[in-house]
Amino acid sequence: MNRRAVSLLSTLAATLIALPAFANDYFISIATLFLFFAYTGQAWNIMMGFAGQLSLGHALYLGVGGYSAGALYFHYGIGPWLGVGLAIIVCIALSAFLGALAFRYGISGVYFTLLTIAFAECARIGFDHLSWTGGSAGLFLKVAQRDRIDLVNLRGPPALYYYAILALTALACGFSAWLLRRRPGYYWQAIRENEEAARALGVNTVRWKILAVIISAAMTAVAGVFLAFYYNNLFPEQIFNINRSVEIILGPIVGGMGTLFGPIIGAALMTLLTDGANELVAALGWNIPGVKQLVYGVILLLVVVYLPDGIWPAIARKLKLER
Amino acid sequence: MAIDFVNLVNVIISGVLTGLVYGLMALGLSVIFGVARVVNFAHGEMMTLAMYASVILFGAFELNPFIAVLPVAVIFFVLGYCLQRWIVNPFVTRPEHAQFMLLLAIAIILTNGQLMVFGPDARSVRLDSLLESIELGALLIDRGKLYAALVALSTAAALFSFFRFTRSGTAIRACADNWIGAKVVGLNVKQLYALAFGLGSVCVAVAGCMMLLLVDLTPSIGPGYTLLAFVIVIVGGLGSMNGALVGGVLIGLSEALAGLFIVPSAKSMFSFALLIVVLLLRPRGLLGGRR
Repeated sequence: MNRRAVSLLSTLAATLIALPAFANDYFISIATLFLFFAYTGQAWNIMMGFAGQLSLGHALYLGVGGYSAGALYFHYGIGPWLGVGLAIIVCIALSAFLGALAFRYGISGVYFTLLTIAFAECARIGFDHLSWTGGSAGLFLKVAQRDRIDLVNLRGPPALYYYAILALTALACGFSAWLLRRRPGYYWQAIRENEEAARALGVNTVRWKILAVIISAAMTAVAGVFLAFYYNNLFPEQIFNINRSVEIILGPIVGGMGTLFGPIIGAALMTLLTDGANELVAALGWNIPGVKQLVYGVILLLVVVYLPDGIWPAIARKLKLER
Repeated sequence: MAIDFVNLVNVIISGVLTGLVYGLMALGLSVIFGVARVVNFAHGEMMTLAMYASVILFGAFELNPFIAVLPVAVIFFVLGYCLQRWIVNPFVTRPEHAQFMLLLAIAIILTNGQLMVFGPDARSVRLDSLLESIELGALLIDRGKLYAALVALSTAAALFSFFRFTRSGTAIRACADNWIGAKVVGLNVKQLYALAFGLGSVCVAVAGCMMLLLVDLTPSIGPGYTLLAFVIVIVGGLGSMNGALVGGVLIGLSEALAGLFIVPSAKSMFSFALLIVVLLLRPRGLLGGRR
């Protein structure tokens, strides 16, 4: 990073920290959504962008994480701080199982992607029939007064959630940057570029790929807990839906896979554009479902065809941010 | 729980007939992947498009799906050919995940384009001539399902003989086996890829028109059928054409039996469970080649 990049980054950070002081609740909710996708994008990026393993089933960890902490709170009144621990443990176990199963048997490429989808879909249908968590009728968390800040149970005004997800995103970015310069980062990139060659050089590819899946899943589990306490409800048809998995991967793909800022830029762009499209349609007085997703699809198509590396590398070149 | 024998046989017959239509849909995916090497993640969405085309033809000209299948198949051949030629072809040599994302984008656009144009309401085609079931002793066979399965089976047979007995069919198979070799002996690989994509689309179109007799149509069913097609093809063996049909029948049967013995809404979980087991034990599928 050169000095230009540092000054740009600190401006961005200062703007994001000061934002709730100026913005209304609606704008804060949009910004929260953006940060949520920046965070989950960062988590997904570790698996695909760094290690080259395409997952289209990250809704699995979102859902299992959210349900773990949500059920703990719903049944026993245990707050999200312990709940997030449980969510992480459960998702680590689940992802280690999936990763070990897949990589030991040499499942790769599109077969691996389909396996991740299959796991997420199984979980969706399973939770639909699990009466302990409310089944398909959903799980509802108690909604407390919105103006009192209750840090123990993560209850409070929208700004509280905004700062929570902002902190998570900052942590995730720092963690990713740290990983990239350590042994795992180099090993993952070696595996991404040429797995055979990496193995020939003595890298235990199975172990490192499993590690990428576990870290990515654990981070996504935290996002699931956030989602549960932010919206106060959980439905299997929503949280495990394949559309969630798609939304998670759009930010990093559009922004630039394997880069640190790609997921952030991508999430910002997707949130702004889709929200803009929704506003436009509402302003025109049309009642058309599907506009938001159509915009997703068109952007994804354009990026995949014309900017295969994503938009961040192009921006970085323009602004001369590269070292 | 006592399940009487006649009921069980009825369910099995119904499952096999539905499975044949599934099989034709999956056959399209198998052709597209096996030859054109494209992971068609928009497969189910293409099928719902064919279903809407058939619904429109029924509404406008009273064409029943058994006749509408002809124009729809022709349109889809052209559509598939052009899609491969202009959009997908540059991606053939790019990494698998880039292809996957391209087709995912097309799938999202198709689903939501259909949602915007046709709305979320369920549509179906009811033919009076199909209302009465065929009675064989105590057995009841749904006419719509039987005819749909017959059409699916004959389309598959036509495709098999095309690949077996015509020059273009042989060329396509050569391409699938070894595309560099095919290039060396002077085959127009690009055109053959597009041809294969077109033929795969025809399978989808026919399967879609027939599926209209079995299920209600909404834009949101597309992604489910994409996944189902992949499950079938992987269970049967990606690239194996017999495998696609066998896999289709197997999945149709398991869905029907799951609906009978357990809750019907859990039926697709069985398909996914089957997928996971097959992926782990026989990654090349039941009828797939050796590794």
